[in-house]
Amino acid sequence: MSNILDNYIGIHSQALQVRTKKTELLAANLANADTPGYKAKDIDFRKALSNVGTERLDRTHSQHFEFGDQGAGRVQYRIPTQPSVDGNTVEEHVEQAEFLDNAVRYQATVQFLGGKLNSLKSAFKGE
Amino acid sequence: MALFDVFDVSSSAMHAQNVRLNTVASNLANAETVATTEEEAYRSKTPVFEEILSREANHPMERAGGVRVKEISVSDAPITRRYQPNHPMANGEGFIYTTNVNPVEEMANMMSASRSYENNIEVMNTVKQLLMRTLNMGK
Repeated sequence: MSNILDNYIGIHSQALQVRTKKTELLAANLANADTPGYKAKDIDFRKALSNVGTERLDRTHSQHFEFGDQGAGRVQYRIPTQPSVDGNTVEEHVEQAEFLDNAVRYQATVQFLGGKLNSLKSAFKGE
Repeated sequence: MALFDVFDVSSSAMHAQNVRLNTVASNLANAETVATTEEEAYRSKTPVFEEILSREANHPMERAGGVRVKEISVSDAPITRRYQPNHPMANGEGFIYTTNVNPVEEMANMMSASRSYENNIEVMNTVKQLLMRTLNMGK
């Protein structure tokens, strides 16, 4: 049953996870806009999404490195256009734009998911 | 849900900016303070921020941490000495020591701090909206 439901919902639940992660990182970037030496981070959404659910080697110790898919979907540092003297690479306008974009896309995904659930509900009811 | 962590991150940033605003207020309030010796003179204070690194994340890149105030650094800019023998605080040679507060710098600092504070409020508001949408999914 769960497989059928997973197939039905499709990629949206994974997309929501990646969007959440991205929101978290962008919020941290904005929070650290005045922290000396802080490097802005972000993830490549497409790579991260294609990476969700793929088989990986289990890590049995927290010090183990992740194996395979080097950098794909991994958090990356943003390349600043105008880095500041104190080593901080957060550019507030860039982060704000990204944050807004991400928030809208998150809402879109939630909307898609909601629609799917609603049509499933009406199918159950058979009205 | 990881979105709830954003509230912690943003509130830590707001707290840090609040400390910054407090030091600005203290500096501006003491801008006209005078002292008899150079050691007693008021020196301008600035907080230094630091990223909070969360322990749960496996990889250093995966961390999304908040901010904390690492220290309050005291400016070592020279303190101006004024010859004012009639001043009640004047020393034996007739000098008083003022502060090294630069009001222009402080005002710019204050504006930057309040903008950053607003930014974090905005982030919190957006995340709250996202959470509410998620909670109401399919309704």
